[in-house]
Amino acid sequence: MTKQKSSSTHFWQGNEACAEGAIIAGCKFFAGYPITPASEVAEHLALELPKHGGTVIQMEDEIASLGAVIGASWAGAKAMTATSGPGFSLMQESIGYAFMTETPCVIVNIQRAGPSTGQATKCGQGDVMQARWGTHGDYASIVLSPNSVQEMFELTIRAFNLAEEYRTPVVLLADEIVAHMRENITTPHSDEIAIVNRKKPKPEDDAFFGVKEIPPMPVVGEGFNVSVTGSTHNEYGYRFTADPKVHQTLVKRLVGKVTNNRDKIADFECHSIDSCEVGVVSYGCTSRALYELIDLGEKERTKIGFIRLKTLWPFPETIIQKMAQTAETIFVPELNLRQIFYEVKRAVEGAATVVPINRIGGGEMITPEEIKTEIKRGMKRVH
Amino acid sequence: MSTEEFSTRKYLRDISLPFCPGCGNFTIINCFLRAVHELGYEDLRNFVFCSGIGCASWIPSPHFEADTIHTTHGRSVPVATGLKLVRPELNVVVFGGDGDLVGIGLGHLIHAARRNLDITVIMVNNMIYGMTGGQVAPTTPFKATTTTTPYGSFEHPLDATRLAVAAGASYVARWTTFHRKQMKEAIKDGLKMKGFAFIEAVSQCPTAFGRRVGLKTMKDMLTWLKENSVPRDEAKKMTESELVGKIVVGEFARRRLPTLTENIREVIGGVTKGVKTS
Ligand SMILES: Cc1ncc(C[n+]2csc(CCOP(=O)(O)OP(=O)(O)O)c2C)c(N)n1
Ligand code: SF4
Repeated sequence: MTKQKSSSTHFWQGNEACAEGAIIAGCKFFAGYPITPASEVAEHLALELPKHGGTVIQMEDEIASLGAVIGASWAGAKAMTATSGPGFSLMQESIGYAFMTETPCVIVNIQRAGPSTGQATKCGQGDVMQARWGTHGDYASIVLSPNSVQEMFELTIRAFNLAEEYRTPVVLLADEIVAHMRENITTPHSDEIAIVNRKKPKPEDDAFFGVKEIPPMPVVGEGFNVSVTGSTHNEYGYRFTADPKVHQTLVKRLVGKVTNNRDKIADFECHSIDSCEVGVVSYGCTSRALYELIDLGEKERTKIGFIRLKTLWPFPETIIQKMAQTAETIFVPELNLRQIFYEVKRAVEGAATVVPINRIGGGEMITPEEIKTEIKRGMKRVH
Repeated sequence: MSTEEFSTRKYLRDISLPFCPGCGNFTIINCFLRAVHELGYEDLRNFVFCSGIGCASWIPSPHFEADTIHTTHGRSVPVATGLKLVRPELNVVVFGGDGDLVGIGLGHLIHAARRNLDITVIMVNNMIYGMTGGQVAPTTPFKATTTTTPYGSFEHPLDATRLAVAAGASYVARWTTFHRKQMKEAIKDGLKMKGFAFIEAVSQCPTAFGRRVGLKTMKDMLTWLKENSVPRDEAKKMTESELVGKIVVGEFARRRLPTLTENIREVIGGVTKGVKTS
């Protein structure tokens, strides 16, 4: 998609919308390794990105893919990779490296049913906790969760913007259903799309890894002589592992970049949460069922509210707590054996009963009817 | 040739080098910086250095006064790939140990050679995992004692140089730290050549390798390297079994092949035409 003079509509596949979003966001480098159900992102970019002056390369594995993306980012390009569970597992060490070295980049994970090779073509939402805690050590992640083709486009752009703003890797955690379905989407006039670019240093700057919460990032080859390392380092980038204070200052700042800005980063869609008796929290493909619950409330004469998470991490606990002020029961449907469920439970601190609704295998969504049945059953239990 | 006197100082940051006394890494730093000096570079402004994890990976980072990217173990070559594709005008140089580049990172090395990525890779082969205290490496000689092969290694070592040639590198050479002059010249050639340049610098690690195989000092090790080295021409006349345990030294490949960047330009240049790259 080239610069648009006006808004336009397209009938796109989710992965295609993701690739188009990347181009609009200014992505100039993509490296990846084939995997179902993510390959269409690479295929579409291979076709389109060169027309925008970008480079696409298929690497020998996912470790190399994220490595090349990190190199490209230090060379000044906005860079991305796309994969699914097995590849996401291979990338974990480098995700920690990107976090520690404050390398902006976007990692798309189109979830399929795991563990291991699992069901390669079937949908799953089992990588939620991996996306939060997958690499070793103390860290914080930014993880976005699209639930439509429109959002595959919009949240890919946001992923780049957040990566550039906070100088950190950002994960777009989509799923097979959202990635493979086709929908009509509207892309706005180019001028209406906000694009964020990383802060560059002034010639006199030398603290590229500290002092400021988000330090400026130089590009290699511009004379800054930047020292980049995944080892604990001081604000000038020099390895410094003997002093615990240096480690504390660094890691707390890196984590703080995300946690201190939780309210700015966290995004969600709410319906009737101020006075709901029954709440539902969901995300990704599963959350597409939420809209059909609205009339159930009228029929059952119960106020049903929902929160659809567009950001999984940092977890928007304040809004969940707000829901728990009035909701007696909160249902959490997801295509795994309980992941965000525990986070909701932790957030409400006993203020509401949290009930999981889970399904795995087969790649089928949890239907609105199933959620309705669970809600009715739950209501009987409560009353 | 630079007009100024050679001094390592102008290329190094004021940070002391972390290597043990007698370590071959000192020699390799010297050879590299002399090569750079003789090629006329007054500073390392046009260079970006990438390294992995291990003693050899400490050679450029953070010691060279340049952009240095110290990556994770074995992943310097992929990072260098991203750097070079986005900024083809920069000299991208990778330093790493044998464990880093042909152990954990072997796949990347082969593929970068196959793509003929225009970078220079200097692999310090000390035949051991030095930094972690002397465990067996893919390059450890047969029957050598290491901390994880206390009865001797029961595997044969990998010949990284021949592998790089087979994989498609443009320039390949192997020398030892005993052959300082040749090593320096090979580094110069590698830096000058377009395409993937691989220089295997067989080196001494008295601390983690030498002392367990009866070569306690730097001198013992250098003598051993010298006596075990066979020039490539001589090696051609020897049988496979005569060559077991020998280090064949010399230039193994020098061929002007299209680089990855040139191939990209040739194949999809029409698509990118008129579009501002980078
Ligand atoms: C993924 C991973 N595995 C293991 C290590 C531990 N480690 C650090 S250095 C090293 C080996 C280094 O050996 P080599 O590359 O030959 O370099 P040398 O120290 O001998 O110069 C290992 C295994 C690590 N840092 N990362
Ligand atoms: S352990 Fe070996 S390779 Fe490492 S610094 Fe010491 S002598 Fe050099």
